[in-house]
Amino acid sequence: MARDLMAHEVTRREFLAGAGALVVSFSLAGSLLSQGGAAAAGTPGAAPALPADLAATPTLDSWLKIDSAGNVTVYSGKVDLGQGIGIAFEQIVADELDVSLAQITNLVQGDTALTPNEGYTAGSLSIAQGGMALRYAAATARQYLVGLAAKEFGVDPGQLTVADGVVRAPDGRSVTYGQLIGGHRFNLTVTSPPPLKDPSEYRYVGKPEPRLEIPGIMTGGSPVYIQNLRLPGMLHGRVLRPPSPGAQLLSLDTSRAAKMPGVVKVVRNGSFVGVVAETEWAAIQAVEALRSAAVWGQTNRFVPADQIDTYLRTTAHSDIRELDTGTALPALAKAAVRVKADYSVPYIAHASIGPSCAIAQLHNGNQWTIWSHTQGVYPDQQALSYLLGVPASNIRVIHMEGAGCYGHNGADDVNADAALLAAAVPGRPVRVQWMRADEFQWEPYGSAMSFRLEGGLDASGNLVAWNHDVWTATYSTRPGPPGWLLAGWYLAQPQLPGPAANVGGDRNAVPYYNLANARVYCHYIERSPLRVSAHRTLGAFRNIFAIESFMDELAAAAKADPVAFRLRYLNDPRATAVIQAVTKAAGWNPGPRPSGRGQGFAFTRYENAGAYVATVAEVEVDRATGQVAVRHIYTSVDVGQIINPNGLANQAEGGAIQATSWTLKEQVTWGAQAIESVDWVTYPILTFPEVPEVTVLPIDNPTLPPVGFGEAACVPIGAAIANAVFDATGARVRRLPLTPERVRAALSQA
Amino acid sequence: MAISFHLNGRPVSTDADPATPLLYVLRDEFQLNGPRFGCGLGQCGCCTVHVGDEAVRSCSVPVAGVAGQAVTTLEGLGTPEHPSVLQQAFIDEQAAQCGYCTNGMIMQAAAFLKQNPHPTEQEIRQALANNLCRCGTHLRFIRAIRRAAAQGVS
Repeated sequence: MARDLMAHEVTRREFLAGAGALVVSFSLAGSLLSQGGAAAAGTPGAAPALPADLAATPTLDSWLKIDSAGNVTVYSGKVDLGQGIGIAFEQIVADELDVSLAQITNLVQGDTALTPNEGYTAGSLSIAQGGMALRYAAATARQYLVGLAAKEFGVDPGQLTVADGVVRAPDGRSVTYGQLIGGHRFNLTVTSPPPLKDPSEYRYVGKPEPRLEIPGIMTGGSPVYIQNLRLPGMLHGRVLRPPSPGAQLLSLDTSRAAKMPGVVKVVRNGSFVGVVAETEWAAIQAVEALRSAAVWGQTNRFVPADQIDTYLRTTAHSDIRELDTGTALPALAKAAVRVKADYSVPYIAHASIGPSCAIAQLHNGNQWTIWSHTQGVYPDQQALSYLLGVPASNIRVIHMEGAGCYGHNGADDVNADAALLAAAVPGRPVRVQWMRADEFQWEPYGSAMSFRLEGGLDASGNLVAWNHDVWTATYSTRPGPPGWLLAGWYLAQPQLPGPAANVGGDRNAVPYYNLANARVYCHYIERSPLRVSAHRTLGAFRNIFAIESFMDELAAAAKADPVAFRLRYLNDPRATAVIQAVTKAAGWNPGPRPSGRGQGFAFTRYENAGAYVATVAEVEVDRATGQVAVRHIYTSVDVGQIINPNGLANQAEGGAIQATSWTLKEQVTWGAQAIESVDWVTYPILTFPEVPEVTVLPIDNPTLPPVGFGEAACVPIGAAIANAVFDATGARVRRLPLTPERVRAALSQA
Repeated sequence: MAISFHLNGRPVSTDADPATPLLYVLRDEFQLNGPRFGCGLGQCGCCTVHVGDEAVRSCSVPVAGVAGQAVTTLEGLGTPEHPSVLQQAFIDEQAAQCGYCTNGMIMQAAAFLKQNPHPTEQEIRQALANNLCRCGTHLRFIRAIRRAAAQGVS
């Protein structure tokens, strides 16, 4: 296999050269800030421009290859992170290229030697960016192949039909794609949008095609995960992380660990310590021996957990104007009724069920191969280039799926660990998997946030003023730029990051409602006390928790039904449609109900430009204990064109359940010096008996551009549950998670 | 001294240190993909295997503890071509997002269905109360287990 890949690599590198050159100009802001552009380009039938990823890598051969048997290989820079995106890509390509799904025999996702550079797989943009690039590439390929056939047959291309990769002329002559192009390059640069099919002609798009990797997952019959990748001569590594952030290694006696059976090498570089061993268990035991032999100087002093809200608000920050009509404060001053509320959310961990894992191999002195479940093979290639001091072109990063990824977790950092250990055993692949406590203590979290909202109502209960402040740390410290890999911070010559860009805390900070007099500011603190980065939805889940809780408080002050109150400030038919669908299915009825039971509503349009989602949560609250049970979540969704309804439902169910877990249970805890969330007891998540029923109500709009849903699914859940608790009890809880203690405290004030 | 046991119906032996958790022997020596490291603490269930008819956390059992016993892993239930009824039910329900935890879900449920072939949904939820899923695929797992139970799997 490796030999084939190397031969393949040489030819593919030529046409990926253009993509490679983009690495330098790719910034972390690129994929996180871009929104909507590619989606707009994906409008079937009305294509104003190429999708951005295809425009950046316009060589058709970078995306598709057809062999002489007509088998299609698809190359995507967007990777599978547990969302099952692969089948959606194949459906898109099969339909636009006019082949059967079975003729797509290979899908290569995320490999710096083989695939286009599509930055990070993040932001629910895989369909809107990666899928649309493939749609346009496949349409271009079809057009070209039909043109070849037309020339061969001496007929007009418009007279030809295609099915299952066979082009047919009216007189019965036919030729296959394999005969037309098999094994050869297209040698085509895509410069303008090709005509796309009418959605009514799609054979696969819109159908719940099953994921091809699932039988292997359910039987163990194929490795699937990087954790299961076993390479010839592979060794196992583990890293001894410090007892607290920033700790320096004062002394270390390695003699005992070095002599343990199976230990190949103990590696130390400054305060970075690791071990390489013949077996995984030997590596784990050796790290424990090193732990007891290490003396650390610890200087870290965390902000006390109960002061984090004040810290976010009072420490130095940059103030970003998100929206300011200039009239909000005067309108507030004149309002008949003023409502004011403060909300806050904690640090939330990604907490992947399988700890991060990577394999690194150094060959020929300065060539590297890294197998990784990173979200971005190209940004990681760049980051590792800085870390290892070799040109990026010497490093090949190959993606392989890991456990579910919900943002910037330990995936990139474990690549660095594996590479630093592999450098000590040239030629041998070294596999490193983090231990459970490593993952919890060292992954970057979603930042804690704090909110103050003020609203004004006129004498008729109309919302006439909105004043809104958000305090947060950045939501991106992704590698790519130098200094953002954990291991680098502890080297004898540390590689430390520069200032973080202010990213993502403002996601969905601006309400989607029509507000004549509004002021919204996002205040980013300059340095986060806990390590933070991209976490599913970035600030959107938190912002919508605050905004949609506050809309309920305003509706209550206006003595209006919460749904009817919101509809006054929406004039978008797609928004109205999801709201009507969910309230109808859930039997929305804010009237009197049995004590302790409640319904809550929340709405959002993700990034104010993507998926529409409206949610009703049904809860039961035990007034004596303060325990909240979420019984049912109804969620209606409009993502435009639905590529795979099963994939959409899966994201909707999963997003609802994970966000219910955030809402009821989750917060990273810490002491004076160290993170105290270290396992599933100290960081509990939702369990089977607590999981709500989820009803998903999709609205298909086949002629509208498809957008992602993995993040949007989560966004309204927190507010819907908090609003349901208020409906059930009259108690308003403004701080997540909704622990029994907080609910009891709110009940005592209700 | 070699430790012998039956693995997926075949006699095997290992020279591993007797204190080595069974998980690492299954993965590193016998190259199995099903049981996976999740926490090493017996909290999540990703590493679940059967010893006899009982579901156990292979990260927390020393390999010496299974000497002479029958160990079954996910691979022992079926293959991609011939999955067990329960595995087929998980495939039919597309019961995965990342799928990393599904080994534990299937192995726990397979042992449970032997004891309780026709469980209620509440009984299924209780049986899996100590198996964690982070992606939020719980409802699909429940549907798959109910589907298998309806077909009389044991």
